[in-house]
Amino acid sequence: MKNYVGREIPDYLLVNGKEVYQGKNYMDGKYLQKASPKTRRYEKPQESKIVASLADALRHCGAKSGMTFSFHHHLRDGDFVVNMVMKAAIEELGLEDLTIAATSLGAAHDPIADYIEQGKVVGIQTSGIRGRMGEVVSAGKLKTPAIIRSHGGRPRAIEGGEVHIDIAFVAAPTSDCVGNCRGIGGKSNCGSMGYAMTDAKYADHVVVVTDCLVDFPNMPASVEAIDVDAVVVVDSIGNPKKIASAAARISQNPRDLMMAENVAKVIAATPYFKDGFSFQTGVGGPSLAANLFLEQYMDERGIKMGWAIGGICGPMVELLKKGKVGKVIDVQDFDLDAVNSIHQTPNHFEMSASQYANPANKGAFVNKLDFVVLAALEIDTGFNVNVLTGSDGVLRGAPGGHPDTAAGSKCCIIVTPLIRGRMATVCEHVVTVTTPGDCVDVLVTDYGIAVNPLRQDLIECLDNAGIHHVPIETLKEKAYSLVGRPDDLQWEDKVVAVLEARDGTILDVVRKIHPYTLD
Amino acid sequence: MEILKPAAAGTLESSDAQVTVEPGDGKIELSLSSSVMNQYGRQIRDTVLETLDRLGVTSAKVSVVDKGALDCTLKARVECAVFRSMDASDKNIPWGGAVR
Repeated sequence: MKNYVGREIPDYLLVNGKEVYQGKNYMDGKYLQKASPKTRRYEKPQESKIVASLADALRHCGAKSGMTFSFHHHLRDGDFVVNMVMKAAIEELGLEDLTIAATSLGAAHDPIADYIEQGKVVGIQTSGIRGRMGEVVSAGKLKTPAIIRSHGGRPRAIEGGEVHIDIAFVAAPTSDCVGNCRGIGGKSNCGSMGYAMTDAKYADHVVVVTDCLVDFPNMPASVEAIDVDAVVVVDSIGNPKKIASAAARISQNPRDLMMAENVAKVIAATPYFKDGFSFQTGVGGPSLAANLFLEQYMDERGIKMGWAIGGICGPMVELLKKGKVGKVIDVQDFDLDAVNSIHQTPNHFEMSASQYANPANKGAFVNKLDFVVLAALEIDTGFNVNVLTGSDGVLRGAPGGHPDTAAGSKCCIIVTPLIRGRMATVCEHVVTVTTPGDCVDVLVTDYGIAVNPLRQDLIECLDNAGIHHVPIETLKEKAYSLVGRPDDLQWEDKVVAVLEARDGTILDVVRKIHPYTLD
Repeated sequence: MEILKPAAAGTLESSDAQVTVEPGDGKIELSLSSSVMNQYGRQIRDTVLETLDRLGVTSAKVSVVDKGALDCTLKARVECAVFRSMDASDKNIPWGGAVR
């Protein structure tokens, strides 16, 4: 069945109430029956929940084959915990048929690809999938299609019972002996632990894995001891150098800066750019550089940003410290400046993934967002964005908060160079739709600006401000004139990944790529 | 033109292509790998073969390791490798003729 963005969704996926994507806000007003976990009572006072090893923790939680384990990705490419836990489960306990439900997975998790090939890991639910894991899943080696969700879609699916977590593993930079966790104060700090919060509340069992045991009580806790079954102390939960990069620096690339300047120009031309406005930006070159130019417009108009959300990095913390933004609410930290600021700088707060972006709760932060500035691997003439699959059709990205912030914000700006190497970023049809075009408002490239025709109001704003813009088709043709028209990718029938829209409908599927031949 | 000895042009940087030519045995043998194979493989092959044809090369082993080069880059790298293979890359380059 074709969905709202023209993607063919196989009927066999449309079971148990699953529907195809019907356009944004389709689920508005509907009721959701929340799931509840089955949790163990610890009535007898416990001095400590520390167990000797991950294997012991798994046994304590009744781990068995066929279970779903959850993980969060605040340790990013430095994470050791996913691999450690899966190794203990598969190699020490001999478990199989396991499903990994992670908030995201990355290159740090290459070893999991082996467990997929061995058939020990049979399900993957995640936002990001990259590296070897992306390759083996794309090659059709995972037993069931991977399920890809946005950062808001995941807590929705967990709260609605579509994902039942048997054991949640919390990678904790610090924990006390009963499992009160924080993202700071240890040796592998990650700052916010927002993505772990929903998991801990909805999992049957919760295991805290830490490399820095601190005195009880570790307060204020991001994940609370009341939800924790066991604590395991390991040598190291991650590589600090890869958890938080050195301060995210603003790009010096003139192309990035030119695009960033145009982004700020567009923002300043809209009616939402007024004192107290709200903002989120990605950490890509031109998205991040938009901060710089935006500040100039704010100074010029004598206005301040009310609040900012998202994955946070240094430049936003800088604005907070300068008093140019009122509050920063933080679901994840990208660099050391942000890690060292959360809970320390006044008005730098932590929030859960649900609070950030869940479309099924009663009002996530993204719904109050004025502007979001995002990158894209590809954007097509229907303004559909792909941030998941490469030009070869292989899984190597993550929707992250992209679809959530695009849908919630009043003005969603995509900033991307027109071409990358020989890849046309602006194209006829994206490989995979990860953010539907009805949520995307403005495209800024190095060759020009285009506004979604659905947003006549914004077109008028840009015209009034004298900002030149062109139809998106013009940008696509320009791109193809430089790189040539790409051949269509060749796919097999087998679906290797299902991409859920944030509301739980099916937005697109990724099929197994057909081996390419020159003839 | 005849390929007299092995020669190479280009790099493995993103947006470039490394082209190697060697003397052949009466035909063009092309081995091609590309970071954009699935979308542009055929176009890259056609561009390389057309360029060799224009240079009058009919016998060569040609290897192209493409990192997303544009057509103009591919042509330039093929031309350069061919001219280097016959020690003709330092002067009297036929700009606007065989090279365009």
